[in-house]
Amino acid sequence: MIGLEHYLTLSAMLFVLSLAGIVINRRNIILLLMCIELMLLAVNFNFIAFSRHLGDDTGQVFVFFILTVAAAEAAIGLAILVVLFRNRRSINVQELNSMKG
Amino acid sequence: MLFHSILFYAFATILIGAAVGVVFSRNPVHAVMFLVLTFFQSAMLWLLAEAEFLAIVLVLVYVGAVMVLFLFVVMMLDINVESVRRGLTRYAPIGIIVALLMAFELVQLIWLRSTFTGAPSGFESYPEGYSNTKALGSVLYTEHVYAFEIAAVVLLLAIVAAITLTMRKRPGLKAQDIGAQVAVQAKDRIRIVKMDAEKKQ
Repeated sequence: MIGLEHYLTLSAMLFVLSLAGIVINRRNIILLLMCIELMLLAVNFNFIAFSRHLGDDTGQVFVFFILTVAAAEAAIGLAILVVLFRNRRSINVQELNSMKG
Repeated sequence: MLFHSILFYAFATILIGAAVGVVFSRNPVHAVMFLVLTFFQSAMLWLLAEAEFLAIVLVLVYVGAVMVLFLFVVMMLDINVESVRRGLTRYAPIGIIVALLMAFELVQLIWLRSTFTGAPSGFESYPEGYSNTKALGSVLYTEHVYAFEIAAVVLLLAIVAAITLTMRKRPGLKAQDIGAQVAVQAKDRIRIVKMDAEKKQ
């Protein structure tokens, strides 16, 4: 029977995988943004599983707001990325050191 | 119920496989396509958990809008894949070790709890005639209406910020000044010059 534990396990695997992705792809900003989206997805899995387990719809409302904020974050992040690429001709995180103290 | 379990494991396997594809694919375009697959499988799993409204929202908003935006940006920026990928493996081992450790601990804790409460039981299924969308709407527009309005403001802010960031003034661009066009008077347009008539030679 598929229940809370299965969904939580899946979410934990997804979260950990995206964490590994952030460490592995730490040069490419686009992949970093994608890994953050994956992390948010793992969090949403937790919210939905607990919402169904406890029979409380508030968790699903929370997922709705997380989706909204994640969409806004993706839009602004990609806009910053476009401006960055226009100015530097590169999206390598290592080269973004012009503000070092 | 067995069919339910088979579907869950099939979707979960594809989900994890697609997430691995996102993390390890060399080409950013492939990574975005894997991410689309990941979100779609998540929507399927949410449907399986009877969270229908959010599943459809995930497909429409995420796959339909956000992922297309990602794809658009990835294809628009002319990224040199090889230069970005150089030196990939320096931090990969420690990242993978930390990830495996965290996964092991999380899974242990999740399943340890279920041994206290007996065998894992499924979610309670909703009664006949239950509408997930109706239930969400009835709390979203009453209890959480202020949060809903703030979410609208956040989206507006995102629009304004994205446009402000990416708009640029190109030098030498010929554009109309609408204010000057509207404010012009007839006497500015035509100039009457009084002069004597030319004499015939």
